[in-house]
Amino acid sequence: MVTMAVQIARGPDGMPLRTKLARVERRRKLRAFTLVLPLLLFILIGFVLPIGRMMFNAVHDDTLLTLMPRTTAALSAWDGADLPDESAYAALAEDLKQAWAQRATGAIAKRINYELPGLGSQVTSSARKASTLSAGPYKPALIEINPLWGRQDVWSLLKRGSSAYTAYYLLRSVDYQYGPNSEIVASPPENAIFWDMFLRTLGISIGVTAATLLLGFPVAYLLATLPAKYSNLLMIMVVLPFWTSLLVRTVAWVVLLQQHGVLNEMLLGLHIISQPAQLIFNRIGTVIAMTHIQLPFTLLPIYSVMKTISRTHVRAARSLGAGPFYAFWKVYFPQTLPGIAAGSLLTFILCLGYYITPAMVGGPNDQMVGSFIAHYTNEELNWGMASALGAILLTATLVLYYVFNKLVGVDRIKMG
Amino acid sequence: MRHSINLTRLKQADAHDLDRAREKLQSVKKQHGDLAVGGAATAGAAQGPGRGLMSGTNSAFVKFSEVQKTYDGDTLVVKNLNLDIARGEFLTMLGPSGSGKTTTLMMLAGFEVPTNGSILLEARSIDAMPPHKRDIGMVFQSYALFPHMTVEENLAFPLKVRKLGRAEIEPRVKRALERVRLGGYGKRRPAQLSGGQQQRVALARALVFDPKLVLMDEPLGALDKQLREQMQLEIKHIHEDLGVTIVYVTHDQSEALTMSDRIAVFDDGIIQQLAPPAELYERPQNAFVAQFIGENNQLHGKVVAMNGTTCKVEIAGAGNVQALAINVDAVGRPTVLSLRPERVQLNPTPGTLPNVFSAEVAEVIYLGDHVRTRVSVCGHNDFVIKLPNSEGLVRLEPGAAITVGWKTEDCRALDAN
Repeated sequence: MVTMAVQIARGPDGMPLRTKLARVERRRKLRAFTLVLPLLLFILIGFVLPIGRMMFNAVHDDTLLTLMPRTTAALSAWDGADLPDESAYAALAEDLKQAWAQRATGAIAKRINYELPGLGSQVTSSARKASTLSAGPYKPALIEINPLWGRQDVWSLLKRGSSAYTAYYLLRSVDYQYGPNSEIVASPPENAIFWDMFLRTLGISIGVTAATLLLGFPVAYLLATLPAKYSNLLMIMVVLPFWTSLLVRTVAWVVLLQQHGVLNEMLLGLHIISQPAQLIFNRIGTVIAMTHIQLPFTLLPIYSVMKTISRTHVRAARSLGAGPFYAFWKVYFPQTLPGIAAGSLLTFILCLGYYITPAMVGGPNDQMVGSFIAHYTNEELNWGMASALGAILLTATLVLYYVFNKLVGVDRIKMG
Repeated sequence: MRHSINLTRLKQADAHDLDRAREKLQSVKKQHGDLAVGGAATAGAAQGPGRGLMSGTNSAFVKFSEVQKTYDGDTLVVKNLNLDIARGEFLTMLGPSGSGKTTTLMMLAGFEVPTNGSILLEARSIDAMPPHKRDIGMVFQSYALFPHMTVEENLAFPLKVRKLGRAEIEPRVKRALERVRLGGYGKRRPAQLSGGQQQRVALARALVFDPKLVLMDEPLGALDKQLREQMQLEIKHIHEDLGVTIVYVTHDQSEALTMSDRIAVFDDGIIQQLAPPAELYERPQNAFVAQFIGENNQLHGKVVAMNGTTCKVEIAGAGNVQALAINVDAVGRPTVLSLRPERVQLNPTPGTLPNVFSAEVAEVIYLGDHVRTRVSVCGHNDFVIKLPNSEGLVRLEPGAAITVGWKTEDCRALDAN
């Protein structure tokens, strides 16, 4: 019996079948993996690493730690109750001299200016003056050069710089900041703009999603039920704008909606309004243009789900005694929900990241989080703020997705 | 034209139909001992030919009157349909695809509008009545169960629509599920059931609101053969138990023969023959029906003499055949002789049969319960004989010379289509 089993488990060349199977399987898996490797690398390099780096930037800032090593080291023993002692001032003088010599004062000034606006230029000028100091005591000399070195909040900031990690950018992004003694306080009103901005982003996204649903659902229904001759034509009309550049479509809305644009002239000509309506560079324009751009994203998943719903379901409902509306509402509509969920989720998440369209057709009060990220990245070069806002946006999106998944179930979604 | 000819012929056949139906009913009653079948019985007894053949009266439960249907305005899918269906009847519309049977059913259900003519339900025109007001249950081939509802919710749907209270809905749903032997499946979703179970749910749903009429559109088409045969009997028994009127559409003749009280054979938008199953098989009225129902040998010939109910048909190069004159007009016209394979006798005793011809065996196929023999006779080499595999079966070899013969009444002279 035993010899039989051994014989069966071996191939003709004497190699155990199990080993042979494993070898064949491994070769097959390797080949499959080689095929997906380019995409995997692309996603890793083009997507995972930059996002990881961005998330890291949101909490990591070692400007003060690297450029003012002596000061930050001397401050590690400081309790923060009163101004630090002479040794800290000596370290500061040394760091400022070195920074001046290495032309690094600008970076220090910029960093301090983030948290204490207006002090940046004073830091630079005092560094220039400090470079001429030859001997101590440095404490009165530095305060003499610039009173800022006698301020508690400046020293608290320098002490926080002894850590390479800071919550400052994230705090700022939700309208909080550090107080003079490193306690967390609400931002002053002129700086507290981000919470409103996040709410606005959410509001515009919800509004646009709702508008695309209301407009898209009937069109999707038509597309799914019309005979092929008409539905193909309608489909082209739906996807043609989809293939056109987002920028072109946004500019087209500027032409249509502006003060003396097509729409206003028409309404004036028909005497519906007596003076041009403000349709652009405000919330109305933003929502109209975004709705137009997002419509196919909502519509197509709904359409693809509707395509799979058998016509006999409604017929069956009718034969069972349901009127046309009841049959639609109780039998047809519930079956479209996976498509509605997919379409709205897609549109909602894409809306959260909009920035070109609000920048072009919106007013100053219609800018969304994307605009702020772009502003910090391109104009202020404040990558810490850009990263913090981006990280919050990403986290919020993931949380919303999670909640959505709990409520609807992502496995029920059909993208097409 | 063709249809009206058929109608007159059908009327002639009435007396016979009635007898057959009575026999059938008696046997059904004996088998099941259930008085619920009485729907069909009373209709039959009270009305004479009460299965709706009396056109022009209001006795029919469902009445198609001069109904035509065209989709494109050029060709008629249903041509001048007149059909009466009696209360409690199981009527099957049988025909190849594109013959107009499903369109007819959809017009009855209200999903298609007749181009011409009208449909009456209990003597009232339902032409202007939307589908949901017709109170007609319907079973679809694709089951059409609502995937987002459980089995119970599916069954409760027609009751909720009718605004029944929860106390009334629950027992009715339960009873309907038990009727199709799915008592424990109420909480499942349709996707969790097998095809046969889904179809039983669809059936229960079409019956749960006690409709006057149930339509079935090839309900068993998607099931495998064994399940289909089982379901045929189940549907038949439900029909007998409930006495509900059923109109059934299928292209499967064995399904039609198994379940129906009467079968309407559709082709080309016309009812070719309307008769009980046995009648349809034994006495096809035209070549299409003979060919469509069961196996059939066809011999092409020319009428040379008419003699009341029989006629003499000349088959070129073979001789004359005595046949029943069913669908032949006059001497000299071409005709098709229809002959069932099991009615052909092998090597008959000389002088006992009017039609005897010499033949040559071309092929012998052993099929267990019978032997199918293809022979060449009268210039036709696709002539089939079925020989039961019983005692005394003669073993035939291809190439053997034999004689074949048949009775006059087994050979029907039909239209040469």
